[in-house]
Amino acid sequence: MSDAATLTAARFAAGDVVLVRDDYPPGHIRTPVYVRGKRGRITRCFGAFKNPELLAIGKDGLPKKILYEVQFSQVDLWPDYAGPASDTLLIDIYEHWLAKA
Amino acid sequence: MSGTHPHDHDHDHDHGHDHGQDQAHPGQAKDEKVHGYYQLLGLALKELLIEKGVITAAEVRAAIEARDAITPSLGGKVVVRAWTDAAYKTRLLADAHSAILELGIDMGPTELIVAENTPAVHNVIVCTLCSCYPRNLLGLPPSWYKDRDYRSRVVREPRAVLKEFGTELPSDIDVRVHDSTADLRYLVLPMRPSGTEGMSEAQLADIVTRDCMIGVTLPKAP
Repeated sequence: MSDAATLTAARFAAGDVVLVRDDYPPGHIRTPVYVRGKRGRITRCFGAFKNPELLAIGKDGLPKKILYEVQFSQVDLWPDYAGPASDTLLIDIYEHWLAKA
Repeated sequence: MSGTHPHDHDHDHDHGHDHGQDQAHPGQAKDEKVHGYYQLLGLALKELLIEKGVITAAEVRAAIEARDAITPSLGGKVVVRAWTDAAYKTRLLADAHSAILELGIDMGPTELIVAENTPAVHNVIVCTLCSCYPRNLLGLPPSWYKDRDYRSRVVREPRAVLKEFGTELPSDIDVRVHDSTADLRYLVLPMRPSGTEGMSEAQLADIVTRDCMIGVTLPKAP
């Protein structure tokens, strides 16, 4: 998973600020709507996994996609968030859903 | 599903939803018998495989029984070991998949991440898209975990949801919600409560409940 080749291929590293694509394509998407268009920070890279968007339609899921853990401030996700500004949400997002912010 | 590795029920089916044949889809009435397209396809496939002698009905039944036999006590074993063995805890946080294998628990091809609660951080797990859950450690998820109410609310008002579980956290503890939407499964490592210093591993195991490994409650000394 986290082999050297994968880590070299990863576009982002822990600490990078990223923007989730604000896009609504049809099909099986594992990027929930509530994080689309939001800004977060990469906390770790999990390595390469088969692409669920292709697996869902009976394909082989290749090429694999790099999967990251991305951390968001709750106040950035929900303008009316009722809690401390230090509360966060962490979620796993595939690389093709992320852009450098 | 690839034929090269065992079908893994912990990792939800390729289309992401959780279509256990004995379980309703999240948000669907539990007693509602709906035979949708994929359920019918699954049933037809099972019947054909049995008819052609590829598998037997007894094997299917045994596989379901084995799955149903997993209880949260397996996860509790992992937590108690981490509480009582600092080196094990370090291994668990670095590589949970290998560390639980030391205790004879196999996640199969699915990755596991252990999120550690500390005096400054409280973790809680959800899967907003379906009901991804560390089934190899905790068994079948509770019905509330699959309900739309929990799945939609815990990401946007976690402190209110935790309060409904009887868990009130001071504002100087950061609440971290983990939405397990992809290929990994999560387990919360709760903090060992004070007042448990003299307790045996068996006694400790009793206070590590399913809900505190999901992160909606805290273990309490008896």
